[in-house]
Amino acid sequence: MKALFALAWKSLLNRRASVLLTLLAVALSVALFLGVDKARTGAREGFGHTISGTDLIIGAPTGSVNLLLYSVFRMGNATAEISWPTYQELATRDDIAWTVPISLGDSHRGFRVMGTNHAYFEHYQYGRGQSLRFAKGVEMDDLFDAVIGADVARELGYDIGTPLVLSHGLGKADFGSGHENRPFRVVGILAPTGTPVDRTVIVSLEAITAIHVGWETGAKNPLSDSITEDMIRSFNLTPKTITAVYAGLKRKGTILRTRREINTNKGEPLMAIIPGEALAELWSVTAMAERALLAVSIFVIAVGVVSILTSILTSLNERRREMSILRAVGARPGHIFGLLTLEAGLIGFLGALLGILIVHVLILIAGPMVMQRYGISLGGTGPGMTDLLTLLAVTGASLLAGAIPAWAAFRRSLADGLSVKL
Amino acid sequence: MQPETAGTDAIRVDNLRFAWPGHPPVLDIERFTLHRGEKLFLRGPSGSGKSTLLGLIAGVLSPETGTVDVLGNDMATLSAAKRDRVRADHLGVIFQMFNLVPYLSVTGNVTLPLHFSPARRAKVGKDAEGEARRLLGRLGLTNETLLGRRVSDLSVGQQQRVAAARALMGGPDIVIADEPTSALDADARDRFIELLSEEAGRTGAALLFVSHDASLARLFDRAVDLSEINKAGVSA
Ligand SMILES: Nc1ncnc2c1ncn2[C@@H]1O[C@H](COP(=O)(O)OP(=O)(O)OP(=O)(O)O)[C@@H](O)[C@H]1O
Ligand SMILES: [Mg+2]
Repeated sequence: MKALFALAWKSLLNRRASVLLTLLAVALSVALFLGVDKARTGAREGFGHTISGTDLIIGAPTGSVNLLLYSVFRMGNATAEISWPTYQELATRDDIAWTVPISLGDSHRGFRVMGTNHAYFEHYQYGRGQSLRFAKGVEMDDLFDAVIGADVARELGYDIGTPLVLSHGLGKADFGSGHENRPFRVVGILAPTGTPVDRTVIVSLEAITAIHVGWETGAKNPLSDSITEDMIRSFNLTPKTITAVYAGLKRKGTILRTRREINTNKGEPLMAIIPGEALAELWSVTAMAERALLAVSIFVIAVGVVSILTSILTSLNERRREMSILRAVGARPGHIFGLLTLEAGLIGFLGALLGILIVHVLILIAGPMVMQRYGISLGGTGPGMTDLLTLLAVTGASLLAGAIPAWAAFRRSLADGLSVKL
Repeated sequence: MQPETAGTDAIRVDNLRFAWPGHPPVLDIERFTLHRGEKLFLRGPSGSGKSTLLGLIAGVLSPETGTVDVLGNDMATLSAAKRDRVRADHLGVIFQMFNLVPYLSVTGNVTLPLHFSPARRAKVGKDAEGEARRLLGRLGLTNETLLGRRVSDLSVGQQQRVAAARALMGGPDIVIADEPTSALDADARDRFIELLSEEAGRTGAALLFVSHDASLARLFDRAVDLSEINKAGVSA
């Protein structure tokens, strides 16, 4: 066996140019497969880690995935809001321990602005039950105080005390609609969380109302620029509506009943979702596409493995002499079979290994960028079980594929006798 | 392990018939023998079945009928695995051309039989490389840099001598050579046969040398004409 292994290895080295190409084909196919898989699991973990400890999310009726996406991931927009009195009813329900009201819909230089209150810092959790932590500064206290996420601070170069202008509406190019007369000030910077919180500007609910003074009709009131800061402070800034509510229950056991009661609310129509359930629904939607993508990449691997088969099969004719020499010095047909399957297995093994290496190097290079842009961690924890299983599967498949040319050579070595006519 | 024989014949063929599948018989031989330690020249025109006979003796082919006794083992009735074992342990083979595995070094080629025969490995002992060098030296390949060359860069004469060293490695009882000199010029040819006979004599191996060139018969103990003993006589 060891001798056969050495023979296979030397034979591969002898044909290194073509072997290297085949190996590369396998490596790239494996890299594609693992890349897709890691992006998929990364996305799932990233999303799954974004919210924890929140039992229910409540908003105006819409799709549960939609509610989850805009309330937690800041993707898309709310189609309707909840009125403040309804929120207060929810907050005082017996079965609800705590609530966090949030108000979305505005942006600052491409980052979402979220209005909320102290409860957010107390109850919002991500990852495995981690709470938000301040890297610098404190929670907002004054009407024009803002707390910013880690990415906001880094990308915009903001620090404690930096003034910022919040505008109504979304979008990066918000010149003209900005409210230069409503300057905010950074009072706190959150530690990185790897969630959309890093890309959020947090202000008080009252501040959101303040931004909208002069916009009550949906368009800018020409007089709004003349409203001074002091005038705004004197207004009643209690929000009329909010976008959604995070809620924690007193007893987890009542979650289904509480949800049903909220969903069938007598007054304003409401919708309550369980984050994990909505996520599962989201994944069931994306599962089709994921599966298609994985299937494609598995086929690409199959093509890689077939290319091993082809490369060995095409080399057989020129190696016919070699086989009869091996037979002459005492090799059994089984040795010939073993030699060729070993060669195929070696190419598959090394190709898969190279593919794994490529993926991990790419993750090392591109991982931080993806994390920053999409909040998705590409399993930067180094090679794992999937890699090992892929390595084994590809090696196994290559050995199997190698059995085909090996069988051909085996049969031929029996038929050729000692004299190969060249 | 293998049934040891006290007989004086290294090879004894009786009533052998063989045909390639789908072809008329190539060989029909009543009796052919090679004595232990003998240097025998087997002559025959092209296509007369010389290589086929060697394949039968080496146990790579099986006869339709008859016996092919190699050192007391009847290759005709042995299992394929046992035939392979007899070949690995007791035979050295030299082909007409392209004798060497292209991806192995010169010494790698010479020591190749040892991988397939524990018996020959045991005979050579630990220093297989040293033994390979010694054999190559006796066959006139002493140049150290030559040993490091790719085998495909060697001249044909050099390649044949490497093949001879391989056939002799581990002291097999029989060396069969299938027209090993047909690509060599007259001088190189005679020199090659001399060296091969000498080395075979030293280890006590019997030599079965095949060629269509009758003029070589003078260099051997005995000569046999295949067309005389083969009743299947081919017209080719
Ligand atoms: N693998 C094979 N399959 C079918 N027929 C074969 C095979 N090898 C040889 N033959 C046929 O068997 C006959 C004898 O061939 P063989 O090679 O034994 O002759 P030879 O005496 O060695 O000839 P040469 O001097 O040219 O080497 C020929 O007619 C040849 O065509
Ligand atoms: Mg021949």
